[in-house]
Amino acid sequence: MSASADQSARLRFRDPEQARRLALALARTVDEALAETGRERLAVMHVCGSHEQAISKFGLRSLVPEALDVIMGPGCPVCVTDTPEIDEAVALADHGITVATYGDMYRVRGSGRSLADAHADGAPVEVVYSVSQAVELARATEGDVVFFACGFETTAVTTAAALLAGVPANFSVLSAHKYVLPAMEVVAQLPDSRIAAFLAAGHAATITGSGIFEPFAERYGIPVVVAGFEPLDVLAALVKAVEAIRDRDARVFNLYPRCVTREGNRPAQERLWAVFECEAGGWRGIADVPAGNIRLREAWRAHDARHRFAALRPGTAAAVEADACICGTIMIGRANPVDCALFKTGCTPQDPVGACMVSTEGTCRIWYEYGGLPVLTNSR
Amino acid sequence: MCLGVPGLVVSVEGNVATVDFWGVRKNVLLDVVDAPVAPGDYVLNHVGFAIRRIPAEEARLTLELYEQILRESPDDLMAQDVRGEVSASAGPR
Repeated sequence: MSASADQSARLRFRDPEQARRLALALARTVDEALAETGRERLAVMHVCGSHEQAISKFGLRSLVPEALDVIMGPGCPVCVTDTPEIDEAVALADHGITVATYGDMYRVRGSGRSLADAHADGAPVEVVYSVSQAVELARATEGDVVFFACGFETTAVTTAAALLAGVPANFSVLSAHKYVLPAMEVVAQLPDSRIAAFLAAGHAATITGSGIFEPFAERYGIPVVVAGFEPLDVLAALVKAVEAIRDRDARVFNLYPRCVTREGNRPAQERLWAVFECEAGGWRGIADVPAGNIRLREAWRAHDARHRFAALRPGTAAAVEADACICGTIMIGRANPVDCALFKTGCTPQDPVGACMVSTEGTCRIWYEYGGLPVLTNSR
Repeated sequence: MCLGVPGLVVSVEGNVATVDFWGVRKNVLLDVVDAPVAPGDYVLNHVGFAIRRIPAEEARLTLELYEQILRESPDDLMAQDVRGEVSASAGPR
């Protein structure tokens, strides 16, 4: 029995009977979908580290039929932060400007060093749990404080709200915020993409609403199921996704109505887009993603670290990855962590090579902890 | 960072709520919450901000799951992320 099956044995489902019923429904629906579509295998992609944690920790893949691959896509915002973005933050810290960032981002290397490395070399770097703590830091000091902001739209909303609420003149934002929908499009557009349905992250959809996925589902003919984070939520969402594949019903289904509406959180969206706009930019190991980067609008230049410290910006070093690292291939769903030669040997949470092994939402870190594939193999 | 953690609103002053997370009280900002919030409500929180007022039933399901994880595997990734969210208090402005 693998490590993750041990884990799931120790953990209880809230309602084991319902879990069993959902697993049976999933098995039946996968058979029907295979017969209906003529495919040999089905693949459903989710785009959220918290989903992968629930799937791996509770051993959900052991309840999934062999012919269904449940794949984590580009759902870890720290992992997709591009090396030049990290280099920018490291350069600022090296120049003596205080850089505050979230703990996961602290340890991810750019083309050379991480902020943690810069910190060890004496640069002023602070780990914070919220943008508010970074603002407080700026209030408590005379010098410049740059908040190196990462996270998808849910987190970007909080950065926007902090700026709108008023920040001191010495506070600025280096935005590495990412917008997940365009990355789903990149995956959907890959030649011979085998993703037949997406699960969308419930908490991001709390902000954006399930409606933003409707044009995507229609354009690519791929159903999208908004899913919660409880293990039973994820199982129920997988059943719905496979039903939609079977029925060729490329719509958006909200299976997390407890928290998500079609319109989403309007006041939050207004704040988000009052401060930020989307632009094209690199996602680490993946590609240039059109409209994938969330950047400060021109009106916020006074608090935009890219504008304010333009002179300190490092040269445009190309994104650099260790040769053997396959984080990018993993994040587009074309490999599993176990397919990587470095996984667990040359790359561990203690001494990570790729960003996916650093963040608690990275696929490799999660599989390192929980095992990922308990019984089956969904290698392609 | 997709995570949201539910908490019980204890008091509200301006745009700052005091929210109880398993007995730990933290300040949470109400700038982006979707509906008026009062003591006794549950809110879903992310990096120091309430992002949605949620039904008590939803809060109960999620709190039970996280409680189980914090109790049975306090060092694992989900527990780390939950604790990170709870640490993300905001000072009153």
